Amino acid sequence: MLNLDFGAVLHGQYLHWLIGGAFTTLWLFAAAWVCAFMLAVLLVGLRTLALPPLEWLIAGYVNYHRNVPGLVQIFVWYFGIPELLPAWITDFINNHNGEFIFALIALSLNSAAYMSEDLRSGMRSVAATQMEAARALGLSYLQSMRDVLLPQAIRISVPPLVNQSLSLFKSTSLAMAIGVAEMTYSSRQIENETYRTFETFALASAFYLLMSWSIMAIGGWYNGRHLKVKGR
Amino acid sequence: MHTILDILDILHTYGLQLLIGEFPHGPLGGLALTLILAVTGLVCAFPLAVLFGIARTSTVRWVAWPAGAIVHTLRGLPVLMLIFWAYFIVPLLTGKSISGTTTVICALVAYETAFLGEVIKAGIQAIPQGQVEASRSLGMSYFTTLREVVLPQALFNMIPSILNQLISLIKNTSLAYIISVNELTYAAYQVNAQLLTKPFQVYFLLAMTYFVLCYLLSSLVGLAERRIKLKRQFRSL
Repeated sequence: MLNLDFGAVLHGQYLHWLIGGAFTTLWLFAAAWVCAFMLAVLLVGLRTLALPPLEWLIAGYVNYHRNVPGLVQIFVWYFGIPELLPAWITDFINNHNGEFIFALIALSLNSAAYMSEDLRSGMRSVAATQMEAARALGLSYLQSMRDVLLPQAIRISVPPLVNQSLSLFKSTSLAMAIGVAEMTYSSRQIENETYRTFETFALASAFYLLMSWSIMAIGGWYNGRHLKVKGR
Repeated sequence: MHTILDILDILHTYGLQLLIGEFPHGPLGGLALTLILAVTGLVCAFPLAVLFGIARTSTVRWVAWPAGAIVHTLRGLPVLMLIFWAYFIVPLLTGKSISGTTTVICALVAYETAFLGEVIKAGIQAIPQGQVEASRSLGMSYFTTLREVVLPQALFNMIPSILNQLISLIKNTSLAYIISVNELTYAAYQVNAQLLTKPFQVYFLLAMTYFVLCYLLSSLVGLAERRIKLKRQFRSL
């Protein structure tokens, strides 16, 4: 049987790496989530303007991020884009933890594409006649949006947004491919040095499961509270 | 303009390497291996996913519960973590060391079983309960009802979602890069290492290859969705 010794991993430098990895993962997730959500709201807003060239551009943006693997998107940013940027920008980024910044950019842009689609289908599921009705009752455009359309649209968008958050959280592990010392990277490094494969991966997996299950629980709680009661 | 010429140049010199690796003088690689990994993953995951879908909708608690626990565990971990686990566990269970390709297939099958299982579960739940009650009262057993009434409809309705899972699998095969399996992403990485001066062109070409492949497949998903909707409408007339 396996001869387990978690103590070999949970001390000194290795413990330090694990904690550092956990913080980097959480920080990357939180920063990417905020950037992605803001960009998604902006994209949905721009799309409601219905300007043809702009709309095609956004559709292209969404399709690119949905049909190319996340890892490849990170590579394009990390290996490809710096070549096109002026040297001083590349130098600046590389002097400020470049791996992390490029991973953050790639993950945010990717997640924003999915989130904007979630928000948009939430908007579409609210009947257009509600806007007309609200306007006919004398509410302004912004009032109708704020008091009538958005509350319903957001309620419908929350479950897919929670799913997208989970998938963003898991995608942070892709950043290891360009050397960001997040959880997956740290656990692989510890495993390389200690040969305590089971213990190391068990600890890393426990961390990921704890976070993932918390996100799933938030989604479940919201569904139980806001959707089923009012839906039927 | 330069970029396009560079990309054509890369395709001319390395196109075959990106398409099939060193085949026929060496192991198959490139885009061909990517497709083989994805299709093998889907084919192996499908029967398991059907079992999980049935188990998850079962009213027998000691079947539904463990299946739910496994699905939630697999869904909660990044695919990379599953690849590392497969690298460690599969040799332990089989007693043999395994190749990177097998490792990736095992990890993808585990991951995809969880996701496809949920798709099939949703498909089973979408079949009106009245149909199950009707066939049970006609004297069919639970399993006959599943096999003859529920699954044929559920699986048919789920064809678009299953195709979507194939797209997701194709994208996930790129993770095989991490353990140096020579699929498309790794092949492009090697081309880049040989060229050194044209990283943007190489990775742009790589991204476009995945894009075309997955975009075509997702158009197929849209087509399947429309066909199925049409068929359902006629049936209800």
